[in-house]
Amino acid sequence: MNINLDHYLAVSGALFCLGLLGVIMRRNLLVIYMCLELMLNAANLALVALSHFNGILDGQIVVFFIITVAAAEVAVGLALIVALYRKRQTAHVEDLTAMKL
Amino acid sequence: MFENAEPFAWLILLPPLAAAGIIAMFTREHRRLSAQISISAVLISFLTTVILAGILRASGADAMRPTSMNWLWIGDFAVDISLRLDHLSLAMALVVTGVGGLIHIYSAGYMRGDRAYGRYFACLSLFMFSMLGIVLADNFVMMFIFWELVGVSSYLLIGFWYEKEAAADACKKAFLCNRVGDAGFLLGILLVWSMFGSVSFVEIKPGVTAYLAAHGGPTPLFYLAGLLIFCGAVGKSAQFPLHVWLPDAMEGPTPVSALIHAATMVAAGVYMLCRVYFLLEPSGALPVIAWVGGFTALLAAVIAVQQNDIKRILAYSTLSQLGYMVMAVGVGGPAAAMFHLTTHAFFKALLFLGAGSVILALHHEQNIWRMGALRSKTPVTYWTFMAGTLALCGFPPLSGFYSKDGILSQALKSHQIALFILGVVVAMLTTFYMFRLVLVVFFGGEKSDAAGHAHESPRIMIWPLRVLAVLSIIGGFIGIGSLYASQFSAEGAAPAGFAAQLLEPFSASPLGALFGLFAVVLGFSMAFACYRDCVTDPLPERLGWLSRAMRNRFYFDELYERVLIPCTQEAASKLADALDRWLISGLVRLVSGCTDLFGRALRQVQSGSIQGYAFTLVLGVAIVLYFVLVK
Repeated sequence: MNINLDHYLAVSGALFCLGLLGVIMRRNLLVIYMCLELMLNAANLALVALSHFNGILDGQIVVFFIITVAAAEVAVGLALIVALYRKRQTAHVEDLTAMKL
Repeated sequence: MFENAEPFAWLILLPPLAAAGIIAMFTREHRRLSAQISISAVLISFLTTVILAGILRASGADAMRPTSMNWLWIGDFAVDISLRLDHLSLAMALVVTGVGGLIHIYSAGYMRGDRAYGRYFACLSLFMFSMLGIVLADNFVMMFIFWELVGVSSYLLIGFWYEKEAAADACKKAFLCNRVGDAGFLLGILLVWSMFGSVSFVEIKPGVTAYLAAHGGPTPLFYLAGLLIFCGAVGKSAQFPLHVWLPDAMEGPTPVSALIHAATMVAAGVYMLCRVYFLLEPSGALPVIAWVGGFTALLAAVIAVQQNDIKRILAYSTLSQLGYMVMAVGVGGPAAAMFHLTTHAFFKALLFLGAGSVILALHHEQNIWRMGALRSKTPVTYWTFMAGTLALCGFPPLSGFYSKDGILSQALKSHQIALFILGVVVAMLTTFYMFRLVLVVFFGGEKSDAAGHAHESPRIMIWPLRVLAVLSIIGGFIGIGSLYASQFSAEGAAPAGFAAQLLEPFSASPLGALFGLFAVVLGFSMAFACYRDCVTDPLPERLGWLSRAMRNRFYFDELYERVLIPCTQEAASKLADALDRWLISGLVRLVSGCTDLFGRALRQVQSGSIQGYAFTLVLGVAIVLYFVLVK
């Protein structure tokens, strides 16, 4: 079996959808956070694959940036979640409805 | 030589307007100057009218070419401001400016002590302008505009002493009553316009013939148009049921009562009926007009018998005579109506001015039972008042005899026997109440201290009385009647010799003349029997409740106040309330309700659940992708 671009993109799409489902369905903030990372990595995969098959390096450069930004984001996001947990004693989304009118 | 005299017609109409403007803006504080401006304006109008009437008479034509100015276009529909100069309008303009001029001069004396002298003359000039506008109007729209202007100036003059509550109320009442009639008049004008496509009298005239030919006779719509136009006359000429404003209008200064509420303005309704007679006759509205007029004449004459205020007696007498004129139009005699209008303008103005002279002599006492024995103290007033009374009663050969006889014989000619008898009864009542007035005021003993100290009025007031007295005496046989007749009948009455004119009523309609004379004699002898040398009125005891009803004007004011006004006000307030509550407020509530509902619906979207937001976001992205990629 010859693995080509379509297969990579399919895997990437599947990962993205799984991540998205997790973000929408799961209750725990930490899990939602991991799912977000999953979606980012799905995008990374698609970018790397496209870069490879098209022979253009721009995609791979973008992936480096994404990884860097994601690391920073994780640091900030986890800090926020910890702070939230300390204040509310919960990490479940249904308890966090302060934005409701 | 005088072919192009028409533009001078503006010299009839505009001087009073200019005078009103100048006085109102510049000279109100200069008493003498204001009076002089106003009087000279009306004299210019009068002289111009005399000259134009002379030219028209000499030319032998029916009418001069109208001078016109285009004023308004709406599509094909054009309204002109144009002046119509024919025998009818010029004769009426002569009456208005002639009698009006005398009253202007009289006013200069009568109003001497008043603090608002300038304002008085400004209003008087404004009135002259509006009245002449009606007289010279060539189309319905122009007539209606001036019709309303006359209403306004009448309002201003009745309420001239606005600090008196009665005067302030009276001017409101007059204006509102006139509005009721005018509303009908306006509807009538619109109806006429929709039927004939024009508002110009000249253009409607052939239109009526064509309309009758096309529809094979008068249609109900045409009948309605006739009645609605008559509504205007009912309001302005104070016919039943809108007659209630005229007696109250006596709250104005006495010369105003003479000018507006006796000689000219209230005659405008009758003049208008004569002007559009070509429209009324085929419409079939004449019987209604005749009976409304006849009923008003009788009602007012009966009420006048038991009034005690000198001006109110004359006011009801005016109402009654106006009813006579309207009845004359109704029985098919516009020429007789105009004739009576003219002579009535002479003698009623004279009577009012005479009453003003009496009132002034007694320091504003108006109750006739506090007068008496004025014959020797105010001789000129007495003699002129007597001439006016005899003319009004129809004593031959004074003017009233000829014009009243014209109406009675017209009623006979058109076989309206009931109206003829009614006319004779009214003539009898007229003589009765007028001699009641004369006997109580000028004869007998002094009934108060003021009557003992009475003195004759100044010369400036006496001379107009003398002129009007002469006119009242000779007005019947100087050709006024035949002048009007030539306007309304094609063949035109030939100007007869002096002696023939003097005896014309007896040769033309002996029955009418004899009945008229009989009524006068009967009325006079009854008045003489009742009121010779009496100190109080003997009639209330003899007539009982009837006399009370007459004194209280048959409770028409009370009836309107208790029934009509509450009903209409209640209905109007209910309607306004419903409109406000359901239509206007409903619209507002609809808008606010929609917004509220929309807001409530949108509020559900903002649930506070982050995942919900994320889902909506994804959904949006999915939709966008669908449109971008698939479509």
